[in-house]
Amino acid sequence: MKIAVCIKQVPDSWAEKKMVGGLLDRANVDAVLNDLDEYAIEEALRIAEAHGGNEEGGANTVTVISMGPERATEAIRKALSMGANDAILISDATLAGADAVLTSQVLASVITKENFDIVICGTESTDARMSVVPAMISEKLDWAQLTFASKVEVDPSTQKVSITRVTEAGVEEIFAVFPVVISVVEKINEPRYPSFKGIMAAKKKTIDIRNCASTGVQVAAAWSTVIDSAPRPPRAAGVVITDDGGAGQKLVDFLIEKKLI
Amino acid sequence: MSTVLILADFVGEKASKSTVEIATAGAVIGEVTALVLAPVGKGAARAATLVHGPIAKAIVVESDDFDKHGVPATADALAQVITKMQPAAVLVVSHAFGKEVAGRVAMKVQSGIITDAVAIAADCTTTQLVFGGSTTVHSKISHGVSIITVRPNTVTADFVTCSPAIETLPLSIAEKSKLATITSSQPPVKGGRPELTEANIVVSGGRGTNGDFTAVENFADSLGAAVGASRAATDAGWYPHSHQVGQTGKTVSPTLYVACGISGAIQHRAGMQTSKTIVVINKDPEAPLFELADFGVVGDLFAVLPPATEGVKARKP
Ligand SMILES: Cc1cc2nc3c(=O)[nH]c(=O)nc-3n(C[C@H](O)[C@H](O)[C@H](O)COP(=O)(O)OP(=O)(O)OC[C@H]3O[C@@H](n4cnc5c(N)ncnc54)[C@H](O)[C@@H]3O)c2cc1C
Ligand SMILES: Nc1ncnc2c1ncn2[C@@H]1O[C@H](COP(=O)(O)O)[C@@H](O)[C@H]1O
Repeated sequence: MKIAVCIKQVPDSWAEKKMVGGLLDRANVDAVLNDLDEYAIEEALRIAEAHGGNEEGGANTVTVISMGPERATEAIRKALSMGANDAILISDATLAGADAVLTSQVLASVITKENFDIVICGTESTDARMSVVPAMISEKLDWAQLTFASKVEVDPSTQKVSITRVTEAGVEEIFAVFPVVISVVEKINEPRYPSFKGIMAAKKKTIDIRNCASTGVQVAAAWSTVIDSAPRPPRAAGVVITDDGGAGQKLVDFLIEKKLI
Repeated sequence: MSTVLILADFVGEKASKSTVEIATAGAVIGEVTALVLAPVGKGAARAATLVHGPIAKAIVVESDDFDKHGVPATADALAQVITKMQPAAVLVVSHAFGKEVAGRVAMKVQSGIITDAVAIAADCTTTQLVFGGSTTVHSKISHGVSIITVRPNTVTADFVTCSPAIETLPLSIAEKSKLATITSSQPPVKGGRPELTEANIVVSGGRGTNGDFTAVENFADSLGAAVGASRAATDAGWYPHSHQVGQTGKTVSPTLYVACGISGAIQHRAGMQTSKTIVVINKDPEAPLFELADFGVVGDLFAVLPPATEGVKARKP
């Protein structure tokens, strides 16, 4: 099987984020691999390992795909050191500030060229928090959408993929045949830590850096535009009391004062 | 007058409060038409539950493909109606399903998409709260139809009564939207409590409950609140996953959020920090969630909640 994993480098969740000229200021914050994408990499590796592995010349390959600045190679190295085989990074100044539509078009066009059977994404990037890219890639590719998976089963002989989808609307069992786009929730597995051997091996793996022109996607102005942005006033400091036996009643008094009850 | 298309949202067979909210948000832009998608034979009954909100018209599409093929089939129908109607804006509820539908539709009709709006102006300018609610962003869609998902519980629903004119529209769902098949589907287990994302008050418990949610539930019931949980609590199996609040659970922004025995990890905050008033009860004075608290109690939740529950009950006539 040829498996692809879409990963994104995002600002560290704890970092203070600022908007500069309508875009997230990515240059001045620590960047990390989007944590949900680690689950996607782990699941890809597990699927490969369950069906003959992804050693060189083996039955399966796991390719990492990312769109982002050159610096995203750091996040890609992490994915490679976990065990992915190789990587494609689409990096181009014209893509800075890309919206979900453009991102999905670029990713879809890279995927089309490589004959993958399965594409796995995280369910959400911690910066954009849109949870739309996997569905949009599947739409663009006309591939089956198997998203919000808490469990994935693949049968390479019949090319059938079954998932358990978990969302606020409940639990669903869904199946489709290759090629499919999967997104995974964090309940699905426990991502491995890169081993020393994995880190060393990753240094020798290739990251194929491509520009936007190679994808054939025409970059127009973004279809959604930020008009302005402003930091919200910080929450006014609240009252913190230590319970001396009367805190329950004081809490009630607070709720009454705030007209909440 | 311009028209706005909303994708009516149903909980069970009934239009949800979120439907009233997106109708309210849409009415600022133009006249609201609600799209009602239903299995064959159920459309009229579902449309009949559109009794609240500024909804002028309802378009009913019946097909068994919606339950069988989920998001792609729904997106296909919505895109077909958009192409036919050419509305000024399309509003969808911002939950996992709604966002995925909106994303696919944006791709199909080649329009920009904005997710998680908390307010929309008459010219379709949206307000979003980003970076965990620390920044307000105003944006606008500059290409195609404005496709916007609206976060539940942020627009104050206008519960005016309505009786929309109903039109039935025959549509067939494209084969390429039927590539994945849903073989079973179980709605989340419902208790007698309000729905988490719709509730005005949410009381949540974390690892500090040590598996015993009784005190949290009793306090929630005294307030008529929904019960939430941290991931530590859902992972331990103490509370169903559908009640998880946070980055990978639900995003809530109730009038009042009470966190009991929850430390305040960034992933938990991501789901609750836009709540209007936040109360934190935690044994550890250093717990990071105290930073967000309007009212914090350093104490044992098992000692604080029972008298608070009695106090709230005593207020009730
Ligand atoms: C990819 C990813 C996604 C995640 N998504 C989510 C998510 O959606 N939602 C979420 O909540 N978490 C999420 N997490 C987990 C998150 O990082 C934290 O681990 C989790 O929120 C901790 O839950 P907690 O606060 O209940 O537990 P802890 O951090 O262990 O805190 C328990 C608190 O209870 C207090 N306490 C103990 N006993 C008592 C008592 N008797 N009375 C009062 N206080 C008491 C303690 O002082 C402590 O502060 C995610 C993590 C990852 C990596
Ligand atoms: N720039 C990107 N490069 C590669 N994958 C991405 C990118 N943006 C989003 N994704 C994938 O899409 C998922 C959902 O992202 P989002 O829709 O932005 O919340 C992520 O977890 C990634 O798997």
